[in-house]
This record gives sequence, structure tokens and C-alpha cells, in this order.
Amino acid sequence: MLTLADLGVLRDVDVVGDSHVVVDITPTYSGCPAMAAMRDDLVRELQGAGFDRVEVRVSLDPAWTTDWITPEGRAALAAAGIAPPGPAPSTSGPIPLTLLPTARQVRCPQCDSPATELVSEFGSTACKAQYRCTSCLEPFDHVKEI
Amino acid sequence: MDSQIDIPAEDEHDSAYAGLLVNDAHWAFGTDFEDPLAGVDTTIPDGVDAPTLAAYALMLGDDALVMSHRVSEWTSNAPDLEDDIALSNIALDLLGQSRLLLARAAKADGSVVPALPEGSPAPPEDALAFFREAHQLRNVRLAELVNGDFAEAVVRVLLFSVWRLATFERLRDSRDHVLAAVAAKGVKELAYHRDYSARWFVTLAQGTDESRRRLLAALEELWPLWPELFDTHAVEAAAAASGVGVDPAEVRAAAEGVLDQVLDAADVPRPEARRRAGVLGRTGRDGMHGEPLSRMLAEMQSVARAHPMGQW
Repeated sequence: MLTLADLGVLRDVDVVGDSHVVVDITPTYSGCPAMAAMRDDLVRELQGAGFDRVEVRVSLDPAWTTDWITPEGRAALAAAGIAPPGPAPSTSGPIPLTLLPTARQVRCPQCDSPATELVSEFGSTACKAQYRCTSCLEPFDHVKEI
Repeated sequence: MDSQIDIPAEDEHDSAYAGLLVNDAHWAFGTDFEDPLAGVDTTIPDGVDAPTLAAYALMLGDDALVMSHRVSEWTSNAPDLEDDIALSNIALDLLGQSRLLLARAAKADGSVVPALPEGSPAPPEDALAFFREAHQLRNVRLAELVNGDFAEAVVRVLLFSVWRLATFERLRDSRDHVLAAVAAKGVKELAYHRDYSARWFVTLAQGTDESRRRLLAALEELWPLWPELFDTHAVEAAAAASGVGVDPAEVRAAAEGVLDQVLDAADVPRPEARRRAGVLGRTGRDGMHGEPLSRMLAEMQSVARAHPMGQW
């Protein structure tokens, strides 16, 4: 199972009283369309756990980074066929232009081959790039570093 | 959040409908978060004029809203699936930036939000997106042009993202916590947009005679709107002076420097086309837009306007 905490999306949980809880989540990308689904999941689970009053807040600062994905989260992503991200690049100061495709060491989550190639920096969701394994020929997603 | 729910006996993740049991009544045309800025300090910094901050946030938000819509028109129309997905993702990032910026504008000065029928579930940022007329939008004119071919999309995304990234790099230091947070997040997204379009720019320029011809034609057509991006509107000057905004004139050198790198790599000379004049000196930042924006808004807004009370 991949949890919101493992993804680094769950930022804070504050139990205010016996039946009142405040939860902070942060979007991976500004336009992440899954935020409402995540909120509804949290509300349902927490109400099921006995919290009558559940507040889910969006936290924008600091901005989400893939470095917050836990080792357990990375293992769960790989087990689901999604290559986990490497270290996030620094985003302080001016961001240098890169005209060549981003060089990453991505192993195929299906056959573990290092022989993979980038298909596109944009994948099935905003947070993923599309890759292809040149050994087993399977396409797969890679969570791109931000 | 008070709605009563039944917990399904089965694992709720097995059912796509399980989530619908919570928060049943949604505003029909958005995700209906109570407040997208709830976790951020929305206090207006000392010495900052609230209407100026709101007007400035609207400018940045409208740029992203209109550009997002134009780019989204490529969905299902791009030359191949990968670029269809890439352009859709770029549109989505910009829509997200727009939502936060319009929400910031509404929070800073509620008087900018159009009045809706009492009881409308539309949040303020959606009222701003769906219920303003073209002349009330403050986007730069580059964003609103009718789409051309794929080369035109590449050039437009390049010019827009080079400029916006240079702006956001500075906006990270805004005294306004919301603008600083939106910029810090947006920088990461815009870097992907810029590099995507820059690579395609070089590829098309160095590709076939036909791809280079189309690229040069697109650049020639869009170039007259490039200087407008660096004009300093009175609102931008005031926002910059109070430390919440960025003076566009001050990002020109950085943006031109990056663009020159792309032009050099592509072996494309800088165009010589002159800037497009405003109408009586007024441009996009003044609410002066071309007719295509009205048509775009008519399509984008018609359903929400027909159902201002819409819930599902």
C-alpha cells in the first residue's frame, strides 16, 4: 500500500480534541486534480475512526518535493511498476536551461534492467515522465524529480 | 464536512463510487475546496495596498488562466500522443497556478469578485474565472491568440514560460506569503514547460525545411507581442515598489538571455518584427484584448454562466 504520508503529501495531523482533527495536505503540482479525492478519502477514513469533525487544509509552503517520498513509498511505487524518483535538483537561484533530455539512471521496474530510455518528460499524470525499457520493451512511468 | 456517510463493507478503494458518498453536493464546475489557501498566511504585509495586491495577483492569474485554456485546446489535437499529454499537463499546471492566484486576489480584495446569485456554491476564484467579461481580464495578449500549428504552440509556450519563469524566480522573494509560495511551486513546473518547448524549438529549427519554415513563421508572428511582456503597468510598478510584485522590466535581461541561448542552439536569428501597438496605448494589462478572447471566454464560461447555482 502507498499512503499519503509515504508520498509526502500528508504534511501534518493535529488532533484538536476527542473528535476533532485537522489534517494538512500539499499538492504535488499546482493543478493536481487528485486533491479532492485525497480529501474525501481522508474525511471518510477519519470519520470512520471516530472523528466527527475533520478539517482538511491545503498547505502550499514549503512546496512539495519528491525528496519527501519515504523509502517505503519508493518501494511501493516500484512494486506497482512505477520507477521512483532520484534526488530532486536544487531550485534556488535561476534555473539553468537544459536543452538535452534529462539524464537519469532509471531502472526498469518490471525487469530491473538499467537499459531504459525517456519517451517524454510528461506522463499519465503531472508528476510522472514516460519511459521505455529497451531490454524487456515494457513502457513504464517514472516519478520525476522536483 | 458534516455530511453523514456510510462506510462501505468492502474495501472502499475497490469502488470508484465510494468517494461520492462524502461531500455529496459539489459546485459543479470545480473541485470545491473550501479554501485553497487555508494553510497559508494570507495576512496582507505591512504597507501593502490591498487593491494593488489583488490587481497584481489577477494579472498573473489571468495570464495563466488564458494560456492554460489555449494550451488545453491542444488536448486530443497534438501531432502525437506524447505531445498531447505534455501539452495537457502544461495546461493543467497553469490552471492550478491560476486558481491559487485568483483565490489570492479574492482574499486580498473581495470587491474584485463578481456578484453571483445568493447561495451560489461557486468559490471566489471560479467566480473570477467564469463570470468576468473580456475587458475585465488583465492577461498579456500573447496568451489569448487563436492557436496556430504545432510550431506556433511551441514558440508561444517558449516565450510565455521563459518570461514567466524569470518572473517567478524573483517572485519567490515576495513579501506576500501566498505569492511567494505560488512562485516557489510554479518555478519547478515552469522549468519543465520551458525546457520542453525549448527542445522542440531546436528540433523543429534543425529538422526538415518544412519544420524550420513553420517555426520561423510562428516566431515572426508572435514576436511583436514579446516586448509587451516587459512593459511595466502602474499596478506592477506599485506591487514591485511595496515588495510583493516583480517589475517586468527588471526580468527582461534574464529572459532575453535564456531566449538567446535557445535561438543560438537552434541557429535562428532574432526576428526584426516591430512590437504590436496597443489600442490608444492600451494593451492586455489594461483590459484591451482582441476579439478572439471574447470568443474563447464565451465557450469557456457558457456552462457555468447558465448554471451559477450548479451542484452535482
